[in-house]
Amino acid sequence: MGQQLTGPIADTTVFDLRLSRRGQRLNKLCAALCSPQERDAFKRDEEAFMSRFALTEAEKELIRRRDFEGLIEAGTNIYFLLKIGSVTGTGLYKMGAQMRGESYDEFLATRHIRGAV
Amino acid sequence: MGRIVGGIGLSHVPSIGPVVDRGRTQEPAWKPLFDAYVPVREWLQRLKPDVAIVVYNDHGADFTFDKYPTFALGVAEHYAIGDEGFGTRSLPVVEGDFELSNHLAQALIYEHEFDLTLCQELAVEHGFLVPMNLCFPHSTNGWPVRAIPLAVNVIQHPLPTGQRCYRLGQALRAAVESFPEDSKIVVMGTGGMSHQLQGKRFGFMNEKFDQWFLDQLEADPERLARITHQEIMEQAGAEAVELIMWLTMRGALSPQARRVHRNYYAPMTTGMGLITFEA
Repeated sequence: MGQQLTGPIADTTVFDLRLSRRGQRLNKLCAALCSPQERDAFKRDEEAFMSRFALTEAEKELIRRRDFEGLIEAGTNIYFLLKIGSVTGTGLYKMGAQMRGESYDEFLATRHIRGAV
Repeated sequence: MGRIVGGIGLSHVPSIGPVVDRGRTQEPAWKPLFDAYVPVREWLQRLKPDVAIVVYNDHGADFTFDKYPTFALGVAEHYAIGDEGFGTRSLPVVEGDFELSNHLAQALIYEHEFDLTLCQELAVEHGFLVPMNLCFPHSTNGWPVRAIPLAVNVIQHPLPTGQRCYRLGQALRAAVESFPEDSKIVVMGTGGMSHQLQGKRFGFMNEKFDQWFLDQLEADPERLARITHQEIMEQAGAEAVELIMWLTMRGALSPQARRVHRNYYAPMTTGMGLITFEA
Protein backbone atom coordinates (compact mmCIF):
# COMPACT_ATOMS: atom_id res chain seq x y z
CA MET A 1 0.00 0.00 0.00
CA GLY A 2 1.24 3.43 -0.84
CA GLN A 3 2.05 6.21 1.56
CA GLN A 4 -0.19 8.75 -0.13
CA LEU A 5 -2.03 9.81 3.03
CA THR A 6 0.09 9.60 6.14
CA GLY A 7 -1.76 11.59 8.78
CA PRO A 8 -4.16 14.37 9.66
CA ILE A 9 -3.67 17.82 8.14
CA ALA A 10 -4.47 20.78 10.38
CA ASP A 11 -7.87 22.44 9.79
CA THR A 12 -8.56 20.10 6.89
CA THR A 13 -11.15 17.41 6.24
CA VAL A 14 -9.87 14.82 3.77
CA PHE A 15 -12.71 13.49 1.63
CA ASP A 16 -11.90 9.80 1.67
CA LEU A 17 -14.07 6.80 0.97
CA ARG A 18 -15.19 6.44 4.59
CA LEU A 19 -16.37 10.04 4.69
CA SER A 20 -17.91 9.75 1.24
CA ARG A 21 -19.86 6.70 2.42
CA ARG A 22 -21.13 8.64 5.42
CA GLY A 23 -22.17 11.56 3.24
CA GLN A 24 -23.61 9.59 0.35
CA ARG A 25 -27.23 10.66 0.96
CA LEU A 26 -26.20 14.29 1.38
CA ASN A 27 -24.15 14.13 -1.80
CA LYS A 28 -27.11 12.59 -3.65
CA LEU A 29 -29.24 15.52 -2.57
CA CYS A 30 -26.59 17.92 -3.84
CA ALA A 31 -26.26 16.11 -7.16
CA ALA A 32 -30.01 16.37 -7.69
CA LEU A 33 -29.59 20.16 -7.69
CA CYS A 34 -27.90 19.95 -11.11
CA SER A 35 -31.27 20.51 -12.77
CA PRO A 36 -33.35 23.69 -12.85
CA GLN A 37 -36.54 21.80 -11.92
CA GLU A 38 -34.92 20.36 -8.82
CA ARG A 39 -33.50 23.73 -7.80
CA ASP A 40 -37.02 25.14 -8.07
CA ALA A 41 -38.32 22.25 -5.98
CA PHE A 42 -35.72 22.98 -3.29
CA LYS A 43 -36.62 26.67 -3.25
CA ARG A 44 -40.35 25.95 -3.19
CA ASP A 45 -40.31 23.50 -0.28
CA GLU A 46 -36.96 22.71 1.27
CA GLU A 47 -38.42 20.25 3.80
CA ALA A 48 -40.23 18.24 1.13
CA PHE A 49 -37.09 18.24 -0.99
CA MET A 50 -34.93 16.99 1.88
CA SER A 51 -37.43 14.26 2.76
CA ARG A 52 -36.62 12.45 -0.50
CA PHE A 53 -33.04 11.63 0.49
CA ALA A 54 -33.37 9.62 3.72
CA LEU A 55 -31.36 12.16 5.69
CA THR A 56 -31.12 11.98 9.46
CA GLU A 57 -32.69 14.78 11.47
CA ALA A 58 -29.19 16.02 12.32
CA GLU A 59 -28.25 16.18 8.63
CA LYS A 60 -31.43 18.10 7.79
CA GLU A 61 -30.65 20.51 10.60
CA LEU A 62 -27.21 21.20 9.10
CA ILE A 63 -28.90 22.19 5.84
CA ARG A 64 -31.56 24.28 7.61
CA ARG A 65 -28.87 26.16 9.53
CA ARG A 66 -26.66 26.52 6.41
CA ASP A 67 -23.90 25.04 8.53
CA PHE A 68 -21.37 24.49 5.76
CA GLU A 69 -18.51 23.38 7.98
CA GLY A 70 -20.87 20.88 9.65
CA LEU A 71 -21.97 19.59 6.25
CA ILE A 72 -18.33 19.06 5.23
CA GLU A 73 -17.69 17.11 8.43
CA ALA A 74 -20.86 15.08 7.80
CA GLY A 75 -19.40 13.90 4.48
CA THR A 76 -20.60 16.42 1.92
CA ASN A 77 -17.96 16.88 -0.72
CA ILE A 78 -17.03 20.55 -1.15
CA TYR A 79 -17.84 20.56 -4.86
CA PHE A 80 -21.25 19.04 -4.15
CA LEU A 81 -21.81 21.44 -1.26
CA LEU A 82 -21.41 24.33 -3.72
CA LYS A 83 -24.73 23.27 -5.28
CA ILE A 84 -26.49 23.89 -1.95
CA GLY A 85 -24.56 27.13 -1.73
CA SER A 86 -25.84 28.18 -5.13
CA VAL A 87 -29.49 27.32 -4.48
CA THR A 88 -29.42 29.16 -1.13
CA GLY A 89 -27.62 32.23 -2.48
CA THR A 90 -24.38 31.45 -0.65
CA GLY A 91 -21.46 31.57 -3.07
CA LEU A 92 -18.13 29.90 -2.42
CA TYR A 93 -16.50 32.92 -0.81
CA LYS A 94 -19.44 33.47 1.56
CA MET A 95 -19.27 29.81 2.52
CA GLY A 96 -15.55 30.11 3.02
CA ALA A 97 -15.90 33.17 5.23
CA GLN A 98 -18.36 31.24 7.41
CA MET A 99 -15.98 28.26 7.64
CA ARG A 100 -13.16 30.59 8.71
CA GLY A 101 -15.41 32.21 11.30
CA GLU A 102 -15.25 35.59 9.57
CA SER A 103 -17.71 38.00 8.00
CA TYR A 104 -17.66 38.18 4.21
CA ASP A 105 -15.94 41.58 4.34
CA GLU A 106 -13.36 40.34 6.82
CA PHE A 107 -12.58 37.45 4.50
CA LEU A 108 -12.33 39.68 1.41
CA ALA A 109 -9.88 41.90 3.26
CA THR A 110 -7.46 38.95 3.44
CA ARG A 111 -7.33 38.56 -0.38
CA HIS A 112 -4.81 40.02 -2.82
CA ILE A 113 -7.29 41.30 -5.41
CA ARG A 114 -10.76 41.36 -3.94
CA GLY A 115 -12.39 42.40 -7.22
CA ALA A 116 -11.62 39.02 -8.79
CA VAL A 117 -14.97 37.52 -7.86
CA MET B 1 0.67 9.39 -37.69
CA GLY B 2 -0.62 11.13 -34.60
CA ARG B 3 1.72 13.59 -32.96
CA ILE B 4 1.63 15.48 -29.69
CA VAL B 5 2.68 19.01 -30.57
CA GLY B 6 2.24 20.75 -27.24
CA GLY B 7 1.20 20.58 -23.63
CA ILE B 8 -0.50 23.12 -21.41
CA GLY B 9 -0.82 23.13 -17.63
CA LEU B 10 -3.45 25.55 -16.39
CA SER B 11 -5.93 26.22 -13.64
CA HIS B 12 -9.64 25.70 -14.21
CA VAL B 13 -11.04 28.08 -11.57
CA PRO B 14 -14.85 28.16 -12.04
CA SER B 15 -15.28 31.93 -11.60
CA ILE B 16 -13.45 32.40 -14.93
CA GLY B 17 -16.48 31.01 -16.80
CA PRO B 18 -18.94 33.79 -15.94
CA VAL B 19 -16.18 36.39 -16.44
CA VAL B 20 -15.87 35.19 -20.04
CA ASP B 21 -19.63 34.93 -20.52
CA ARG B 22 -20.25 38.46 -19.21
CA GLY B 23 -17.39 40.10 -21.11
CA ARG B 24 -15.46 41.10 -17.97
CA THR B 25 -12.04 39.84 -19.09
CA GLN B 26 -10.55 43.34 -19.36
CA GLU B 27 -11.53 44.44 -15.85
CA PRO B 28 -8.45 45.27 -13.76
CA ALA B 29 -8.93 42.26 -11.47
CA TRP B 30 -9.04 39.82 -14.39
CA LYS B 31 -6.89 41.41 -17.10
CA PRO B 32 -3.60 39.99 -15.77
CA LEU B 33 -4.99 36.48 -16.12
CA PHE B 34 -6.44 36.88 -19.60
CA ASP B 35 -3.47 38.85 -20.95
CA ALA B 36 -1.23 35.88 -20.22
CA TYR B 37 -3.27 33.80 -22.67
CA VAL B 38 -2.87 36.18 -25.62
CA PRO B 39 0.56 34.77 -26.60
CA VAL B 40 -0.64 31.24 -25.78
CA ARG B 41 -3.49 31.56 -28.26
CA GLU B 42 -1.11 32.97 -30.90
CA TRP B 43 1.19 30.03 -30.30
CA LEU B 44 -1.72 27.60 -30.63
CA GLN B 45 -2.74 29.23 -33.90
CA ARG B 46 0.76 28.48 -35.21
CA LEU B 47 0.71 24.89 -33.93
CA LYS B 48 -2.75 24.32 -35.42
CA PRO B 49 -3.72 21.30 -33.32
CA ASP B 50 -6.57 19.14 -34.60
CA VAL B 51 -7.52 17.77 -31.20
CA ALA B 52 -7.11 18.80 -27.56
CA ILE B 53 -7.05 16.01 -24.99
CA VAL B 54 -8.28 17.69 -21.81
CA VAL B 55 -7.26 16.01 -18.56
CA TYR B 56 -9.75 17.36 -16.04
CA ASN B 57 -11.99 16.44 -13.19
CA ASP B 58 -15.74 16.57 -12.93
CA HIS B 59 -17.15 18.47 -9.93
CA GLY B 60 -20.40 16.58 -9.53
CA ALA B 61 -21.97 17.65 -12.83
CA ASP B 62 -22.02 14.27 -14.55
CA PHE B 63 -20.25 11.86 -12.18
CA THR B 64 -21.57 11.15 -8.70
CA PHE B 65 -20.22 8.96 -5.95
CA ASP B 66 -22.78 6.25 -6.82
CA LYS B 67 -20.14 5.21 -9.34
CA TYR B 68 -16.92 7.13 -9.52
CA PRO B 69 -14.29 6.19 -12.10
CA THR B 70 -10.59 6.68 -11.43
CA PHE B 71 -9.86 7.43 -15.10
CA ALA B 72 -12.65 7.98 -17.64
CA LEU B 73 -12.23 8.70 -21.36
CA GLY B 74 -14.82 10.35 -23.59
CA VAL B 75 -15.51 8.22 -26.67
CA ALA B 76 -18.23 10.21 -28.40
CA GLU B 77 -18.62 12.50 -31.39
CA HIS B 78 -20.03 15.28 -29.21
CA TYR B 79 -20.03 16.32 -25.56
CA ALA B 80 -22.89 18.31 -24.07
CA ILE B 81 -22.45 21.32 -21.79
CA GLY B 82 -23.27 20.20 -18.24
CA ASP B 83 -25.25 21.87 -15.48
CA GLU B 84 -23.19 21.65 -12.31
CA GLY B 85 -25.81 23.33 -10.17
CA PHE B 86 -25.48 26.90 -11.44
CA GLY B 87 -27.32 26.54 -14.77
CA THR B 88 -26.06 25.54 -18.21
CA ARG B 89 -23.67 28.01 -19.78
CA SER B 90 -24.59 29.15 -23.25
CA LEU B 91 -21.70 27.49 -25.10
CA PRO B 92 -21.57 25.41 -28.27
CA VAL B 93 -21.55 21.64 -27.94
CA VAL B 94 -18.00 20.28 -27.93
CA GLU B 95 -17.04 18.29 -30.99
CA GLY B 96 -15.14 15.12 -30.15
CA ASP B 97 -13.06 12.74 -32.25
CA PHE B 98 -14.43 9.22 -32.06
CA GLU B 99 -11.70 7.65 -34.21
CA LEU B 100 -8.95 8.99 -31.98
CA SER B 101 -10.89 8.10 -28.80
CA ASN B 102 -11.40 4.57 -30.08
CA HIS B 103 -7.73 4.23 -30.88
CA LEU B 104 -6.71 5.60 -27.48
CA ALA B 105 -9.06 3.18 -25.73
CA GLN B 106 -7.62 0.18 -27.59
CA ALA B 107 -4.02 1.22 -27.10
CA LEU B 108 -4.32 2.32 -23.46
CA ILE B 109 -6.27 -0.77 -22.38
CA TYR B 110 -4.57 -3.50 -24.45
CA GLU B 111 -1.01 -2.27 -24.72
CA HIS B 112 -0.47 0.03 -21.78
CA GLU B 113 -2.84 -1.67 -19.34
CA PHE B 114 -4.72 1.41 -18.20
CA ASP B 115 -8.22 0.06 -17.57
CA LEU B 116 -10.25 3.16 -18.38
CA THR B 117 -13.96 3.73 -17.99
CA LEU B 118 -15.27 4.61 -21.45
CA CYS B 119 -18.00 7.24 -21.70
CA GLN B 120 -20.35 7.52 -24.67
CA GLU B 121 -22.31 10.30 -23.00
CA LEU B 122 -20.45 12.88 -21.01
CA ALA B 123 -21.54 16.41 -20.15
CA VAL B 124 -18.54 18.65 -19.54
CA GLU B 125 -18.31 21.47 -17.00
CA HIS B 126 -15.92 24.09 -15.68
CA GLY B 127 -13.03 21.68 -15.16
CA PHE B 128 -13.03 21.13 -18.91
CA LEU B 129 -14.67 24.29 -20.24
CA VAL B 130 -12.63 26.99 -18.49
CA PRO B 131 -9.36 25.72 -20.03
CA MET B 132 -11.13 25.62 -23.41
CA ASN B 133 -12.36 29.20 -22.89
CA LEU B 134 -8.84 30.36 -22.11
CA CYS B 135 -7.00 28.56 -24.91
CA PHE B 136 -9.56 27.96 -27.67
CA PRO B 137 -12.22 30.70 -27.63
CA HIS B 138 -15.41 29.59 -29.35
CA SER B 139 -17.37 31.47 -32.01
CA THR B 140 -20.81 31.02 -33.45
CA ASN B 141 -19.27 28.25 -35.55
CA GLY B 142 -18.30 26.32 -32.44
CA TRP B 143 -14.87 25.57 -30.98
CA PRO B 144 -11.75 25.85 -33.13
CA VAL B 145 -10.51 22.40 -32.15
CA ARG B 146 -11.99 18.96 -31.51
CA ALA B 147 -11.61 17.82 -27.92
CA ILE B 148 -11.50 14.60 -25.93
CA PRO B 149 -12.24 14.65 -22.19
CA LEU B 150 -10.10 12.49 -19.92
CA ALA B 151 -11.56 12.67 -16.41
CA VAL B 152 -9.50 11.81 -13.33
CA ASN B 153 -10.71 11.18 -9.79
CA VAL B 154 -8.99 13.89 -7.78
CA ILE B 155 -11.75 14.39 -5.22
CA GLN B 156 -12.55 11.07 -3.49
CA HIS B 157 -9.51 9.42 -1.91
CA PRO B 158 -7.99 6.98 -2.74
CA LEU B 159 -6.92 8.97 -5.80
CA PRO B 160 -4.53 7.66 -8.42
CA THR B 161 -0.94 8.41 -7.43
CA GLY B 162 1.06 11.18 -9.08
CA GLN B 163 3.30 8.49 -10.51
CA ARG B 164 0.30 6.73 -12.07
CA CYS B 165 -0.94 9.98 -13.59
CA TYR B 166 2.51 10.63 -15.05
CA ARG B 167 2.63 7.12 -16.53
CA LEU B 168 -0.81 7.62 -18.00
CA GLY B 169 0.64 10.61 -19.82
CA GLN B 170 3.53 8.54 -21.12
CA ALA B 171 1.08 5.89 -22.31
CA LEU B 172 -1.04 8.58 -23.94
CA ARG B 173 1.99 9.77 -25.89
CA ALA B 174 2.75 6.26 -27.16
CA ALA B 175 -0.93 5.71 -27.98
CA VAL B 176 -1.15 8.98 -29.94
CA GLU B 177 2.00 8.06 -31.89
CA SER B 178 0.48 4.78 -33.04
CA PHE B 179 -2.66 6.52 -34.35
CA PRO B 180 -2.55 5.95 -38.12
CA GLU B 181 -4.11 9.27 -39.14
CA ASP B 182 -2.16 12.50 -39.42
CA SER B 183 -3.36 14.36 -36.40
CA LYS B 184 -1.79 17.07 -34.28
CA ILE B 185 -2.67 16.92 -30.64
CA VAL B 186 -2.25 19.11 -27.58
CA VAL B 187 -2.66 17.74 -24.08
CA MET B 188 -4.04 19.98 -21.36
CA GLY B 189 -3.48 19.22 -17.70
CA THR B 190 -5.93 21.27 -15.68
CA GLY B 191 -6.64 22.28 -12.08
CA GLY B 192 -4.84 23.78 -9.12
CA MET B 193 -2.62 25.29 -8.23
CA SER B 194 -2.56 25.84 -4.47
CA HIS B 195 -6.00 26.18 -2.92
CA GLN B 196 -8.14 24.90 -0.11
CA LEU B 197 -11.89 25.31 -0.15
CA GLN B 198 -12.97 23.95 3.20
CA GLY B 199 -12.44 24.29 6.93
CA LYS B 200 -10.58 26.96 8.85
CA ARG B 201 -7.87 26.72 6.22
CA PHE B 202 -10.25 27.95 3.48
CA GLY B 203 -8.41 30.33 1.17
CA PHE B 204 -4.95 28.94 1.86
CA MET B 205 -2.47 29.48 -0.97
CA ASN B 206 1.27 28.92 -1.26
CA GLU B 207 2.96 30.74 -4.13
CA LYS B 208 6.36 29.38 -3.18
CA PHE B 209 5.13 25.82 -3.59
CA ASP B 210 3.37 26.67 -6.85
CA GLN B 211 6.51 28.23 -8.34
CA TRP B 212 8.55 25.22 -7.21
CA PHE B 213 6.00 22.90 -8.83
CA LEU B 214 6.28 24.82 -12.11
CA ASP B 215 10.10 24.66 -11.91
CA GLN B 216 10.09 20.92 -11.27
CA LEU B 217 7.48 20.22 -13.91
CA GLU B 218 9.86 21.72 -16.42
CA ALA B 219 13.17 20.42 -15.09
CA ASP B 220 12.56 17.08 -13.42
CA PRO B 221 9.04 15.72 -13.92
CA GLU B 222 10.07 12.12 -13.15
CA ARG B 223 11.05 13.18 -9.68
CA LEU B 224 8.08 15.50 -9.23
CA ALA B 225 5.74 12.60 -10.06
CA ARG B 226 6.85 10.88 -6.85
CA ILE B 227 5.28 13.61 -4.72
CA THR B 228 2.55 12.20 -2.45
CA HIS B 229 -0.99 13.43 -2.04
CA GLN B 230 -0.15 14.23 1.59
CA GLU B 231 2.77 16.46 0.57
CA ILE B 232 0.69 18.38 -1.94
CA MET B 233 -2.24 18.84 0.44
CA GLU B 234 -0.08 19.88 3.38
CA GLN B 235 1.94 22.38 1.40
CA ALA B 236 -0.63 23.69 -1.06
CA GLY B 237 -4.09 22.94 0.38
CA ALA B 238 -6.44 19.97 0.18
CA GLU B 239 -7.89 20.84 -3.21
CA ALA B 240 -4.43 21.45 -4.73
CA VAL B 241 -4.07 17.69 -5.06
CA GLU B 242 -5.67 18.02 -8.48
CA LEU B 243 -2.22 19.13 -9.66
CA ILE B 244 -1.57 15.44 -10.28
CA MET B 245 -3.43 15.99 -13.55
CA TRP B 246 -0.63 18.28 -14.72
CA LEU B 247 1.67 15.26 -14.42
CA THR B 248 -0.39 13.44 -17.06
CA MET B 249 0.12 16.37 -19.42
CA ARG B 250 3.87 16.44 -18.70
CA GLY B 251 4.17 12.67 -19.11
CA ALA B 252 2.69 13.01 -22.59
CA LEU B 253 5.61 15.22 -23.65
CA SER B 254 9.21 14.33 -24.20
CA PRO B 255 11.38 14.79 -21.09
CA GLN B 256 13.32 17.48 -22.99
CA ALA B 257 10.20 19.38 -24.06
CA ARG B 258 10.84 23.11 -24.30
CA ARG B 259 8.90 25.37 -22.00
CA VAL B 260 7.31 28.23 -23.95
CA HIS B 261 5.04 30.25 -21.61
CA ARG B 262 4.74 30.59 -17.88
CA ASN B 263 2.49 32.79 -15.77
CA TYR B 264 1.15 32.98 -12.23
CA TYR B 265 -1.72 35.01 -10.82
CA ALA B 266 -3.32 34.47 -7.43
CA PRO B 267 -5.96 37.11 -6.81
CA MET B 268 -8.46 35.37 -4.53
CA THR B 269 -8.28 31.77 -3.31
CA THR B 270 -6.43 29.82 -6.00
CA GLY B 271 -2.97 30.05 -7.50
CA MET B 272 -3.84 30.31 -11.18
CA GLY B 273 -0.79 28.87 -12.87
CA LEU B 274 -0.06 28.54 -16.55
CA ILE B 275 2.75 26.71 -18.28
CA THR B 276 3.12 25.55 -21.86
CA PHE B 277 5.56 23.19 -23.54
CA GLU B 278 6.38 22.44 -27.10
CA ALA B 279 6.87 18.71 -27.48
